[in-house]
Amino acid sequence: MKNADLGWLRGKHMPSVVGQTNREANGWHMGDLAIELRGIDKSFGAVHANKNINLQVRKGTIHGIIGENGAGKSTLMSILYGFYQADKGDIQVNGAPTIIRDPNTAISLGIGMVHQHFMLVDNFTVLENVMLGAEENAVLNRGITKARAELKRLEDEYALEVDPDAVIEELPVGLQQRVEILKALFRGAEILILDEPTGVLTPAEADHLFRILEQLRDQGKTILLITHKLREIMAITDEVSVMRRGEIVATRETGKTSVEELAELMVGRRVLLRVEKGEANPQDVKLAVKDLTVRDSRGVVMVDNVSLDVRAGEIVGIAGVAGNGQSELLEAITGIRQAENGTVMLDGEPIRVTGEADPAELRKRGLAHVPEDRHHMGLVLSFEENENAILGYHYDEQFLNGPMLNLNNIRQEAAKKAEEYDIRPPDVRLKTANFSGGNQQKIVLAREMGRDPTVLVIGQPTRGVDVGAIEFIHRRIIEMRDAGKAVLLVSVELDEIRALSDRILVMFAGRVVGERTPDATEGELGLLMAGVEEAQEAAQ
Amino acid sequence: MSAPYAKLPLWVEYALIPLINLVVAFLVAGLVVLIVGESPLRAATLLVQGAFGYGEGIGFTLYYATNFIFTGLAVAVAFHCGLFNIGGEGQAYIGGLGVALACLWFDNIVPWFVTFPIAVLAAALFGAAWAFIPGYLQAKRGSHIVITTIMFNFIASSLMVYMLVEVLKPLGSMAPQTRTFADGGQLPRLDWLLSTFGLDIGGAPFNLSFIVALVAAFLVWLLIWRTRLGYEIRTMGASPSAARYAGIKDARVIIITMLISGGLAGMMALNPIMGDQHRLQLDFVTGAGFVGIAVALMGRSHPVGIIPAAILFGMLYQGGAEISFEMPNISRDMITIIQGLVILFAGALEHMFRPTLIAFFATLRGTRDPAEAPAAGG
Repeated sequence: MKNADLGWLRGKHMPSVVGQTNREANGWHMGDLAIELRGIDKSFGAVHANKNINLQVRKGTIHGIIGENGAGKSTLMSILYGFYQADKGDIQVNGAPTIIRDPNTAISLGIGMVHQHFMLVDNFTVLENVMLGAEENAVLNRGITKARAELKRLEDEYALEVDPDAVIEELPVGLQQRVEILKALFRGAEILILDEPTGVLTPAEADHLFRILEQLRDQGKTILLITHKLREIMAITDEVSVMRRGEIVATRETGKTSVEELAELMVGRRVLLRVEKGEANPQDVKLAVKDLTVRDSRGVVMVDNVSLDVRAGEIVGIAGVAGNGQSELLEAITGIRQAENGTVMLDGEPIRVTGEADPAELRKRGLAHVPEDRHHMGLVLSFEENENAILGYHYDEQFLNGPMLNLNNIRQEAAKKAEEYDIRPPDVRLKTANFSGGNQQKIVLAREMGRDPTVLVIGQPTRGVDVGAIEFIHRRIIEMRDAGKAVLLVSVELDEIRALSDRILVMFAGRVVGERTPDATEGELGLLMAGVEEAQEAAQ
Repeated sequence: MSAPYAKLPLWVEYALIPLINLVVAFLVAGLVVLIVGESPLRAATLLVQGAFGYGEGIGFTLYYATNFIFTGLAVAVAFHCGLFNIGGEGQAYIGGLGVALACLWFDNIVPWFVTFPIAVLAAALFGAAWAFIPGYLQAKRGSHIVITTIMFNFIASSLMVYMLVEVLKPLGSMAPQTRTFADGGQLPRLDWLLSTFGLDIGGAPFNLSFIVALVAAFLVWLLIWRTRLGYEIRTMGASPSAARYAGIKDARVIIITMLISGGLAGMMALNPIMGDQHRLQLDFVTGAGFVGIAVALMGRSHPVGIIPAAILFGMLYQGGAEISFEMPNISRDMITIIQGLVILFAGALEHMFRPTLIAFFATLRGTRDPAEAPAAGG
């Protein structure tokens, strides 16, 4: 990280001094509310995405909403923008109670949204995209002239230069995002919602975006910035609300809080998980990752030159805020995602990670994988329980009779596992979708742990799992370690990482930024997770 | 999470919904009949009587149903893998080339029961080969199977015109068709089967292919629910990411599925060519490939559902012919409209009434004891 970015860390000055004085002159601190949410509640089936949300956003400020992935930020914004209806609660915009049924209502109220994934027509020009949906006439020429003039005015007023005749797909993402902002302004947005705006931007582009946002704020616009990156919150927001597990747990004035406090609020201090475990007895290295680099489909580097070792009889935990490359690391190691560079050795033998890897072969060689996303990867929800109990092991001879499935063996084995792992209800013919989250996870664990693997790779072992099952799952993971397996654990639950791991690696922005023992304090790990430590080390 | 799992009782899923769709289709069709000034009730009576009222009618109904069982199975197998094979029409057409070549080579040399397995194999091979290219392009290049199979229908159509006009037409003949097969290229009719029920098949071309279709239906059931390949196909269809996780080779499974699907579609050609016409003609498939899509949708891609759905469409074909004969106001085209309506409601609008039913059963369940809810405690 560049030295120039360090000002915000030390809190010596906030950026845009000019902006601040302007705002004070406008009396922003006692200003009216642009948005007020009262008691917003939203559930999707069994998932309680938003719980009794109260939020006040002042006019002419940048209000940050921070929280981990899945904390409910996007749901809340979708309610505000009319994609979803809240089950309960009121929305007030500019002091007037409103019901936002769809995005059109939101736009007419002056709310504009810049989505995480741009909503642009790739082969249209900037001008065409901006006026899309606001054409006025069936014949375009008058609308085009007007739109061009308006676009020019907006560009001048907010210093958002972009060539109106450039085709979107030829623009860099930073400029595409600017077009999204222009689109919102073109529709008269006074309140701008930006959902994870920097996810696709380079650091330089992100800095530029922040300057634009500050300028918009200084011109009186209200900005809601959704992010899981602490740096952004500290850099440009005036106020920040922290979301965790569907609730807003705190709202702070940015100048009066610290990265440490926010990190702690974000990750949460739950009742400390206690797992009884003895000393680890690490043996030979069973999984060795060296210089692994992975890009995602957009070409963004998600795993950046990561090296790590896992020994038999130890649990290595990878901590980090979600989205910092942990998922991609797991997928590359387990042969699901192709890596760009690097080597992985499984029990001393190399794995093909840069070419077409074969998860089936890795399983045969003793690599078991509990994926982060059991709904899309670990299970086929429309299958019977016993069919999922063999997923990935369906080539195993004990489940086959030549080309035919040996249903007797499959069901017997599934019933045995169901008993051993206390999967309820113990009905192996039941559709998997009808099991609770905890029991679904046990189906995956029973399958992956039950075949004496050499290396066990586990992602988010207790996500969406009820408390009772968490303890059971944690005990099983410790048992695996004590049985001499090498366990690589990824979790966004810091408590879980600290409770289970013998060594903790912290990932930030695709890199392993530090290794700690489990007695490292939460604050220390939180700073590493926020990428702070690294920046300070680099500065010294 | 945005699409919670809405569950319906099995009997609703597999019996009530298809029935409602069918009834609505017939109601709308009845309106059409009413508009042209005929009695819908009489039309309905004629339809059912024409299809099931006498031996010959039943023979024809089952003859048409045979076609639809094959094409319905073809579509269903691909559905299980998440593939929408619209190319049944072309695959059946090319399958016909296989049947015809087998018959033309062997009909004078060996009896039918020797030609028969060769023809079955040739039909399946030719159909499979025609499905292979779209399958390969989907698996290796990501070309969408819907587009490629549609295109391959057109190519098949042109290719067959060329083959019949330039290659297979006997010298001096005016008609674009092969010579009539000798006895060694003709499948026996199943008149004895119907006569055990005291029915006279008359001139209906109901033949041995029907038995082949039933065997194929059983084999498809075995494949999908009892073999490792079927397991892989279903995993691919239900969740490609889970298949990737499980180490299932997607390209391989896609190609094999398309080969099987094309093979089944190709075997449809046995029925009209070896069982009825005893020669290869232009356009003998007459839309059976597309009806197969409706049959597969209506039969919920399960052989047990596909057979009755195929018979239903057989009934529409046969009974429809009867209506147009008896009711001069109702032309052959009207029948096509009625068939189209059934396809529309049973196939394309299959899920139209589902949300209503889900809501209905949800409220019904809500008023009952919540302990009956299927989700299990943790």
